[in-house]
Amino acid sequence: MNLFASQIIDGLADGAIYASLALALVFSYRSTGIVNFAQGEMAMLSAYLVWQLMAWGMPLVPAALVSIVISFIAGALLYATIVKPLSHASLLTVVSVLIGLYLALNSLAGFLWTYTIKALPSLFPKAHLQFGSFTVSAETVGIIAVVGIVLLLLYLLFETTKVGLAMRGAASTPDSAILVGVSVPVMLLIGWGIAAALGALSGILVAPRVFLNPTMMFGVIIYAFAAATLGGFDSVVGAVVGGLLVGVVENLVGTYIPWIGPDLKIIVALVLIFGTLLIKPDGLFGRKKVVRL
Amino acid sequence: MSLFSIKGMHAGYGARNVLHGIDLDVEERQIQVVLGANGAGKTTLLRAISGTIAREGTILFDGARIDRLSARKIVAAGVAHVPQGRGTFADLTVDENIRLGAYLRTGAEARQDRERWLTFFPRLRERLSQQAGSLSGGEQQMLAITRALMLRPRLLLLDEPSLGLAPIITQGLFKTLAAIREETGMTMLIVEQSANLALDVADSGVVLESGEIVLRDSAQNLAGNDEVRRIYLGYE
Ligand SMILES: Nc1ncnc2c1ncn2[C@@H]1O[C@H](COP(=O)(O)OP(=O)(O)OP(=O)(O)O)[C@@H](O)[C@H]1O
Ligand SMILES: [Mg+2]
Repeated sequence: MNLFASQIIDGLADGAIYASLALALVFSYRSTGIVNFAQGEMAMLSAYLVWQLMAWGMPLVPAALVSIVISFIAGALLYATIVKPLSHASLLTVVSVLIGLYLALNSLAGFLWTYTIKALPSLFPKAHLQFGSFTVSAETVGIIAVVGIVLLLLYLLFETTKVGLAMRGAASTPDSAILVGVSVPVMLLIGWGIAAALGALSGILVAPRVFLNPTMMFGVIIYAFAAATLGGFDSVVGAVVGGLLVGVVENLVGTYIPWIGPDLKIIVALVLIFGTLLIKPDGLFGRKKVVRL
Repeated sequence: MSLFSIKGMHAGYGARNVLHGIDLDVEERQIQVVLGANGAGKTTLLRAISGTIAREGTILFDGARIDRLSARKIVAAGVAHVPQGRGTFADLTVDENIRLGAYLRTGAEARQDRERWLTFFPRLRERLSQQAGSLSGGEQQMLAITRALMLRPRLLLLDEPSLGLAPIITQGLFKTLAAIREETGMTMLIVEQSANLALDVADSGVVLESGEIVLRDSAQNLAGNDEVRRIYLGYE
């Protein structure tokens, strides 16, 4: 029973990481209709940036915060320099460019920091917390808490502020947003910035568990895709629920189905993606676009 | 001097010119109607005014030129546009749509206005937390107009507000528009095909044909004009 419970909790921590990267995918998709295939690689660079700042003598927490801010700016720049100019290009062009960016960022990391793995310290102490009869690591609790707080802040931004409302309006109906005086490009820019910042968070949280290396986000981005697909690619709630579900299922399957084990766990993600697309293509929370003229 | 005045305006889509030299004046507090068949260029005219498509010519609003301004700046100058097909934010709630209408304004003022417009459109008050996309056609039209009113515009551009509405609803809508004009003195330029109801509340009107204004007169005279009666009012 304790094994089961701790698998669930560990699954929620993994799931929180997937959820933040899935949210990054959902934000860029909702605002511009583009799936950012390079999101994981951007997150990987964000994690390397933390390592680099620490190598230059900055403590971990400030380094993580600086990296998240720089990632926000990088995401905004990506929108301004690549995504926006391509807004009238065909989808294939955009996808090709983003896959090109994926490869470029991956090589860039290898070039700057080599392909040998590096260790990034965890934001949380190595301690364990005792809850009645079972123990959880401080890292597990910390990851869930950090992602939870970030989600709460995002919720407050989108549901209670004018800018948040304008961002939702610009993403949902840009033509109408212009007519109420919203600067749509600025809102989309902020949206891509937030996506990159969320990605950075996922990279910084996952790096201590998988070690820094240029392919470290490969597993995470697959799970994030599974989470976003399961939740519905245009649903914020879906990305969070999808992320947590994927994390828990992944952990349970890895533990209780012996022949799968840790190495084949990635299959879980692929099964979830294909299963969702076959059975419920809009995902659990995704909406079919209702257009009433 | 007119509140709003267009001189020699040309506009179109890419290489295709749709409006060929439009001159149009709208006096303050007036309701002016633009009549015209499908494809005459009515929607294009409103888009050109609100800056959502490229245009040439002079547009004066309250003494200042607005023909070089971006769509956002024109909104900020006080020109609100309710596009054909309504253009509400379907994913957002009714209340959020209304709040977004006041995006350029400060809180306290906007809250007062919201109350005021909701008394004009009580159906919306009952549906504040409903998604705009799930409203009926008439309710969406009310919402689109309320959203535009939230800007407290000096000039309101309305593109076929009657589209898809039952005549009785259209009639109520035009009455409401007339009441809003009485109360606030707002100037309105209304594109319409169901001309009789629009001419009832309007002061003056123009007829647009193939991108040119071919007739301009008082609303009363237009309603009595044989040609207009035949083409736009459905009398033989
Ligand atoms: N986005 C566009 N791109 C190219 N041509 C367009 C576009 N929109 C309209 N047109 C053309 O411009 C002309 C005028 O169209 P417009 O929409 O202004 O007519 P309208 O008078 O509003 O008609 P309706 O009563 O049917 O709404 C039409 O011939 C139309 O084909
Ligand atoms: Mg039209």
